[in-house]
Amino acid sequence: MKKLIFSLIAALGLVAGAHASEGGISWDKAPDRTNDLGSLQNGAKLFVNYCLNCHSASFMRFNRLKDIGLTEKEIKDNLLFTTEKVGDTMKAAIDPKQAKEWFGGNPPDLTVIARSRSGHGGTGADYLYTYLRTYYRDETKATGWNNLAFPSVAMPHVLWELQGTRTPVYEEKEEHGHKVAVFKGWQQLTPGTMTPLQYDQAMGDLVGYLQWMGEPAQNTRIRVGVWVLIFLLGLTFVAWRLNAAFWKDVK
Amino acid sequence: MAEFKEISPDAPLAAKAMNWVDNRFPASKLYKEHMSEYYAPKNFNFWYIFGSLAMLVLVIQIVTGIFLTMNYKPDAALAFGSVEYIMRDVPWGWLIRYMHSTGASAFFVVVYLHMFRGLLYGSYRKPRELVWIFGCAIFLCLMAEAFMGYLLPWGQMSYWGAQVIVNLFAAIPFIGPDLALLIRGDYVVGDATLNRFFAFHVIAVPLVLLGLVAAHIIALHEVGSNNPDGVEIKGPNAPKDAQGHPLDGIPFHPYYTVHDIFGVSVFLMIFSAIIFFAPEFGGYFLEYNNFIPADPLKTPAHIAPVWYFTPYYSMLRAITGEMAGALGIIVIAAAVLASRKLSGIFKPAVLVIAIGTALLLGLLPSIANWIGLVVPSAGAGIAQGLNALAAPLAGVPFLGDVWNMLIKGIDAKFWGVVVMGGAVIILFFLPWLDHSPVKSIRYRPDWHKYLYGIFVVNFLVLGYLGVQPPSGIGERVSQLGTLFYFGFFLLMPWWSSQGISKTPPDRPVFHGH
Repeated sequence: MKKLIFSLIAALGLVAGAHASEGGISWDKAPDRTNDLGSLQNGAKLFVNYCLNCHSASFMRFNRLKDIGLTEKEIKDNLLFTTEKVGDTMKAAIDPKQAKEWFGGNPPDLTVIARSRSGHGGTGADYLYTYLRTYYRDETKATGWNNLAFPSVAMPHVLWELQGTRTPVYEEKEEHGHKVAVFKGWQQLTPGTMTPLQYDQAMGDLVGYLQWMGEPAQNTRIRVGVWVLIFLLGLTFVAWRLNAAFWKDVK
Repeated sequence: MAEFKEISPDAPLAAKAMNWVDNRFPASKLYKEHMSEYYAPKNFNFWYIFGSLAMLVLVIQIVTGIFLTMNYKPDAALAFGSVEYIMRDVPWGWLIRYMHSTGASAFFVVVYLHMFRGLLYGSYRKPRELVWIFGCAIFLCLMAEAFMGYLLPWGQMSYWGAQVIVNLFAAIPFIGPDLALLIRGDYVVGDATLNRFFAFHVIAVPLVLLGLVAAHIIALHEVGSNNPDGVEIKGPNAPKDAQGHPLDGIPFHPYYTVHDIFGVSVFLMIFSAIIFFAPEFGGYFLEYNNFIPADPLKTPAHIAPVWYFTPYYSMLRAITGEMAGALGIIVIAAAVLASRKLSGIFKPAVLVIAIGTALLLGLLPSIANWIGLVVPSAGAGIAQGLNALAAPLAGVPFLGDVWNMLIKGIDAKFWGVVVMGGAVIILFFLPWLDHSPVKSIRYRPDWHKYLYGIFVVNFLVLGYLGVQPPSGIGERVSQLGTLFYFGFFLLMPWWSSQGISKTPPDRPVFHGH
């Protein structure tokens, strides 16, 4: 019985979590860097160093990184930590059971995370770009961290050394007769190893990489599409004239 | 056996080969009947492209589907990953998958437009009733095909969409829970469900679909195509040339084949633009939530079916307990009106059936609720009285359940399913509902055109509301929309015969190019 009650509470917590991720502040526009190989490589480096410890990208193979200009040797020397074969998928080293114990749930797979997080607020990239830049200190939370885009997030601020610690500044405002706290900006508490500008740049690269990883064929798709449409335009013209020629004498 | 044709030994090899085949299989005969000597009216317009396009999309779906099954794994643990494998590791797999996912939506777009064409020009009227009925059966199959195919990527929306819809069947009295179990093959949507949906999606339903498409076309070519003027070109009084071919018709091949090639290439431009530049189509063709693997423990905050089901989903959601009660009153009122002209045993029989239906619709609890809105104590009193009335037979197998349903009504969810199913089934009866003296909208009274316009807008509004999360105003609008949808069809025998129609011309209007 006790177990049942606990699992019910846990289930409620999960539902609340799902709702929470729907809330949060409006999303910033992420820079579009899926065509910028330098940025993508930097994003891949950040991804492998920071994200891949807990999150997997289990549908993404390391050797696919050749698409963003890396050689097999570079991948082997710099990015392979969890496996030895470049043909393997990006599996995190974390034990799912332990992860559940530590974070209350398994860290989600990140392969298609950028595609899944799109919504009315913008693209999935916009969400991730906002999310990765809005962590703040909150001692009331178990991890000591909270997030404006994903309130009560289970993940601690993994990149805090880069960004430093910050706290949001609110302004009291009168709206429809109620006092509401409106988010105004950030106050830096302790500096990180990066300046705020550098950090935003780095997050732009990381999000660009996540976006690219969500659909590695996305730029090929558009390139091919242009040629297909040019061909179809020609075909349509021929078909149009052919049709006219056949129907010319139909009275 | 047909006459065995001899051919001159000096004839070209191709002619000899064709003669050999024709003596054993009616190849030339079929080609003539369905292509080169199938006479179609000359005055087809833009609306007549969608039949050919539906055939094209069917072929695209089958061919891409075959290639998808080569790498797809119908296993709850592997399905999501195998789709991503197709998207990443299979050469051109992303193209095949996007063609299939966009094709599903394109199928419904062209089929809806194709059906609307039939509605506009009265293509379901005598002698084309069976063409229409086969078409409606195709539409029904297509819905089953789409619903089961949508589970296969095994994303969150796939999973929860199937969960919600299969659970609806559980609301059917007596057999519901077992029926839902039979469909799922498990107590929740799971591996067994995925496997059987895969079997239905790739072989069972497509076979039926292909058979129906063949029947649809054979029936059409038997009676001949209708046209925007709704005037028969092959009737006994229609003008014919010396060979007996209709003067207002033209051989399908080559005239309509070149016509269709043009239409197809325009369609392919739109289709390709979506595949290559917007395959998710803003989350409507591929839903964002479906990029999260199915998780039976996490219910998404908002579950909505794919766009092409949403008008019907709206109607399902519109049937609340209150709405069911209101339908009960409508049923009784309709029965009273309809039974006025009946005599003998029929009159009381109709009334008894109507009252029984109204009770099953939950008329009594609804009345208790409505009274409760004005006088709360009286409403509560009636509700208590109903409980007391249902109590004595509680626990008695079958009889007790029936009694309980008559007093308290069947769950509104069940009526939602009935309405959703009825909204599709009612289309089958269209040939007998339309009593207008003319076929084509062109010669109908102007206000009929406005009515058709409202019907379209209503259908789109229902579709829009089906995408949105439930809301108070949305519910009211969808209830009105549902009443209009059914009123449009059920009252058609009356309204379609009203007003003054114009006289259609003797021959279809056609101006040469």
